Amino acid sequence: MNVPPRIHLSRRTLLAGGGALVVSFSLRAAMAQDAQSTGPEPRQAPLPGSLKGSPMLDSWIRIAADGSITVFTGKAELGQGIRTALVQIAAEQLGVAPAAIALVAADTAQTPNEGYTAGSHSMQDSGTAILHAAAQARDILIGIAAGRLSVPVERLKADGGAVHADDGRRLAYGELVAGNVLNVRAQPQSKLREASAHTIMGKSMPRVDIPAKVTGGVAFVQDLRPPGMVHARVVRPPSYSARLRDIDVKPVERMSGVLKIVRDGSFLAVIAQREYLAVMAMRALADAATWNENAQALPEEQTIFAHLEGLPAEDSTILNVGQPASGARMVEAAYRRPYQMHGSIGPSCAVAVMENDALTLWTHSQGVYPLRKAVAEMLKMPPERIRCIHVEGSGCYGHNGADDVAADAALIARAFPGRPVRVQWMREDEHAFEPYGPAMIARAKAALDRDGTIVDWEYHVWSNTHSTRPGAAGNLLPALHLAAPFFHPAPRPLPQPEGGGDRNAIPLYRLPNARVIHHFIPTMPLRVSALRGLGAYMNIFSLESFMDELAAAAGADPVEFRLRHLDDARAREVITTAAQHFGWRSSERLPSHHGRGFAFARYKNLAAYAAIAVELEVEHESGRVRLARAVAATDSGEAVNPDGIRNQIEGGIIQSASWTLYEAVGFDRMRITSRDWGSYPIMRFAGVPERIDVHLIDRPGQPFLGTGEAAQGPAAAAIANAIADATGVRLRDLPFTPERVKRAIGV
Amino acid sequence: MITLTVNGRTHQSDADPSTPLLYVLRDDLALNGAKFGCGLGQCGACTVMVNGEAIYSCVVPIAVLEGRAITTVEGLGTADNPGALQRAFIDEQAAQCGYCIPGMMMRAHALLQKNPTPSDEQIRAALQPNLCRCGTHMRILRAVRRAAQTLTSATATNPKEGVR
Amino acid sequence: MTVLGAAGFVAWAWEPALALNPPPDRSSFDRELVQRGAELAAIGNCGVCHTTAGGKPFAGGRPLPTPFGTIHATNITPDPKAGIGQWSEAAFERAMREGVDRAGRHLYPAFPYDHFTRLTDEDVKALYAFMMTRDPVRVTAPANDLAFPLNIRLSVAAWKLLFFHKGRRQLEAGHDATWTRGAYLADAVAHCGACHTPRNALGAQKRGQDFAGGSSEGWHAPALNAQSPAPVPWTADSLFTYLRSGSAPLHGTAAGPMAPVVHNLGGVPEDDVRPIAVFIASVAGPPSPERQRMADELIQRLSNPETVGLAADGQPGAAIFAGACATCHSETRLRGAAGAINLALSTAVNAPDPRNAIRIVLDGIGPAQDRRGPLMPGFSGALTDGQIAQLIGYVRAQFSTQPAWHDLETTIRRIREGKDQS
Ligand code: FES
Ligand code: FES
Repeated sequence: MNVPPRIHLSRRTLLAGGGALVVSFSLRAAMAQDAQSTGPEPRQAPLPGSLKGSPMLDSWIRIAADGSITVFTGKAELGQGIRTALVQIAAEQLGVAPAAIALVAADTAQTPNEGYTAGSHSMQDSGTAILHAAAQARDILIGIAAGRLSVPVERLKADGGAVHADDGRRLAYGELVAGNVLNVRAQPQSKLREASAHTIMGKSMPRVDIPAKVTGGVAFVQDLRPPGMVHARVVRPPSYSARLRDIDVKPVERMSGVLKIVRDGSFLAVIAQREYLAVMAMRALADAATWNENAQALPEEQTIFAHLEGLPAEDSTILNVGQPASGARMVEAAYRRPYQMHGSIGPSCAVAVMENDALTLWTHSQGVYPLRKAVAEMLKMPPERIRCIHVEGSGCYGHNGADDVAADAALIARAFPGRPVRVQWMREDEHAFEPYGPAMIARAKAALDRDGTIVDWEYHVWSNTHSTRPGAAGNLLPALHLAAPFFHPAPRPLPQPEGGGDRNAIPLYRLPNARVIHHFIPTMPLRVSALRGLGAYMNIFSLESFMDELAAAAGADPVEFRLRHLDDARAREVITTAAQHFGWRSSERLPSHHGRGFAFARYKNLAAYAAIAVELEVEHESGRVRLARAVAATDSGEAVNPDGIRNQIEGGIIQSASWTLYEAVGFDRMRITSRDWGSYPIMRFAGVPERIDVHLIDRPGQPFLGTGEAAQGPAAAAIANAIADATGVRLRDLPFTPERVKRAIGV
Repeated sequence: MITLTVNGRTHQSDADPSTPLLYVLRDDLALNGAKFGCGLGQCGACTVMVNGEAIYSCVVPIAVLEGRAITTVEGLGTADNPGALQRAFIDEQAAQCGYCIPGMMMRAHALLQKNPTPSDEQIRAALQPNLCRCGTHMRILRAVRRAAQTLTSATATNPKEGVR
Repeated sequence: MTVLGAAGFVAWAWEPALALNPPPDRSSFDRELVQRGAELAAIGNCGVCHTTAGGKPFAGGRPLPTPFGTIHATNITPDPKAGIGQWSEAAFERAMREGVDRAGRHLYPAFPYDHFTRLTDEDVKALYAFMMTRDPVRVTAPANDLAFPLNIRLSVAAWKLLFFHKGRRQLEAGHDATWTRGAYLADAVAHCGACHTPRNALGAQKRGQDFAGGSSEGWHAPALNAQSPAPVPWTADSLFTYLRSGSAPLHGTAAGPMAPVVHNLGGVPEDDVRPIAVFIASVAGPPSPERQRMADELIQRLSNPETVGLAADGQPGAAIFAGACATCHSETRLRGAAGAINLALSTAVNAPDPRNAIRIVLDGIGPAQDRRGPLMPGFSGALTDGQIAQLIGYVRAQFSTQPAWHDLETTIRRIREGKDQS
């Protein structure tokens, strides 16, 4: 075991220096180098989490002379409760009350660049960075106090925003921070508070954002009203291929209260004094516009999977162990998942203002820095002249219309400088133009030996990319419609180990001989990008359905069969925990048409572990699936806000159940036909289970493991497995609509 | 000019009588509670209460609201002094993104006014028109149950209290 | 004389109880026969009446409001106690063909045996096979709530004497096989006329007025004959689309009691639905040139609309329409947001009876939560009776060529109070 190197300040150094500033200089010298220095990275262990990219402590934590503490994160609140968890971490390590911390999140003028808030990375990246930054900041303050009070650090304690000596003397943080004491490079390791001594981390803390949300406070970008704000709406083309042929804007221009009509190629928008007028004017423009559309732009919805499999693919073998082998029994199956949407309840929204050739954008984008880069490219402006500030939007679950509407707002604000412009998409815009989770196909084949052990495994997955996020202007919807249009950059597969379409395509199970092949399809018939879990939803659905099919072939209990092939102790523990709380007994007979199903995965094979058991009933006459209950067990490493984790898992199960039972984007040869909640139904209260129980396996002291997407795949497979248990019929094509189920089970 | 009574206060609105209430609440009265979700009466994000009934404010023009009592989530209490329903949602941590929540609360509020002791089934049925994409349903149900309990026990001790 | 006559009637009306039959083994039924029975049951809409909201399929209990009181559908699952598990095929057949249950009691004609009596033997067999292979459910349906004298079962026998014609009837000759099949399915199985044909004071379908428009559960069942109020005449193709998918682009969406009908037809073979569409289209016959011309003009006008601004009409109904309806129901175009039709195409708006329009405004239209389909909110909480009357009056004036409806407010109030059930 390595002993973590502590920030070592001998009493002599401190006394010799004799002042905070000097200490800080000496610290700086001892610890690393100044932020401004451009010298080569010192060769040492990598810094934890996002400290890698932003190593200066004061990028993360600043303490003012009045003692007020500000914590900075490049990650954004998306409804996952990240603000609260980050505040807990900082408060715990700094020894202050959570309420004493102000958190600034995702602002290109203020916070570190942490890329996207995605992939369940926030806790691993930002949480880890803040954990270490806060611990190191605390030790710096203790070190300074030691110098001032002339006592060894062993006799000092940080608590309540001050450093206390055992003789009763205290120095408030504000008194200790003269100079840039936190303007130092972080160390690879920190002296973290003992997990057993935690009073804030690991305890469920009420979310800091909820009170405003339930009382009508300003909580969302939709709620911003900077003085002088005007409203705009965009007239979206009726389809991907549509380009504006002709429009007479004059009658709309003459409507009183209409301030301006913005047109650039096929990008058409209207600015009005009042919001409803903007909506009416937008509708009038839509009525007046004529478009050129390609009547054969899209493939047939009915044969989309054959179409996709027929497209050219770039194949990569992402796992190849052992030799192809045969066994006593061969099992084969294919699974399909249609396009599915994020379906944010609040359509995307942004506010932008162009003043003195500088653009400020309030956005619920998941990545303020990449958005800034893309908007800069689109507007041909230097990025330094653009500031993107994250303000929460409605839950996004990945790459929805957030960036596109920000680009809309930027274009409109440029055409109408001096006034803040608020743009919100209409429901139809969000449904028809958000980038969907891609349609996918998986084919699995395995061999079992006589004892029911998997001896060979082959798995293929076909998919488009799972990220067309900005960074490039060509990934912003309105940029495609400009008179001088941008074009989609060539899509690329996201690399392993996290992967995109192949995320979680490699099972965690013990497989002596296995091949996993990712068939990456560059051509995108429908607009696609990251939807919660990316390929993991489909791959886990497929793998974990297939594991049940194998268990059935082996005559084994599904839970026992999984354990039989699993070495990872933490994986085994979530499985046994979920099974036990569920009351999983393979011998137990359920009422007729009832079934139960089990599934497990470790998200990305790197993040949180989740096992889910589901009980449901299939109404035989209608084929309707009624969820009765779900029990989940998760291991997210050290749990910072246990209730926050539970909330994420509960929500993930319900959302995944909605995808799995109901959802598929509809389209004809020309247009998207799922344009409202009637043509794209999602789960409502009548469909949610009677209860969901989430059991946490806390691992104090262990690294944080992102949880936000951990439930999506296992919930889907558990439902599929439970339907198979209830009906004796295996369904492999998502979603499991009543019609499909009924057709499969027959009369 | 149409006179609207919102959370007990009257306002003159110069908006066109056909303007849906939602836009007047948000843009003219600067109330954030009611949200735009679909503008089609399909999701319930814009739900407010009018004379005891939950309505979709995105499809109800102000022309029909003269003289009727409009209640939004702001009328249930404040962040510093939350009403029973708001308290219950905070206590149950019944939000993820929270965008759907004010609409859920107003629909629940209208239910509890009519039926202070709803069964689980009745709560689900009442909330059926409202969508939540984050999957916060279990917590929303718990919060409504909790609010019903606090309100009925409050009414038991002091009959004047009750749903505001 | 009277006494003798009454005795004679009683003797005539008396039906024997049929023997209890040990419940047949499920596996004794041929799978294909069961499958056929399932399709017939779907076309015949059995599950809709015989299943209560939230209840188990076919376990009965659903209240059927009639002008004479409330009838509760019976449990037709093969449960030996609560259902028909001990019914022999002969008993089942007698119920279907004669409206007499196994114990010999006359059944109320809310159960449309006046149609089922014309089923083929093979189809009765298939329906029996289907019913006897369902999940048995032990739930007893609540008792009926009928006024005297209808609460006396014998009065049903009197009703039958007057109006019931047992047995198959000769179908009109000179049609092709598709039409003939459609006529049979529409009449003997789907019993379309049960709602779409007007009924007399005693609740029997009026002779000689087939498909002239009727009522069901407080909804107007529009005429399917030449009097059809549809602004665009129905064709076999548009009917087929409508019956299969629940809506047709130039007609709109099924609502009320028709919604479950089209839902069921969505799941049966096309070969069954197509003939029904062909037959129903033939009931109206080809439209008059005048009617067709008006329809063509309407479609032409809505397909090439002119630009509009804000609705500036001073009528109160216009403002309500603009704020509540116009987003989806465009005033000028064929369809608006969410794919809703222009109301000039709506049968409900153009029908002689305003009840459907009222009910749709009050309660909206919605598919089951897990299905795709048009989704319209209800306005019962938002609009007063007077405001709905203003709105519907405006819509009628604006979007139909038909005369104004009268007394809208009274009808709206009666519907709200649950007083309009027929
Ligand atoms: S915003 Fe009103 S119902 Fe969706
Ligand atoms: S909490 Fe996000 S939509 Fe309900």
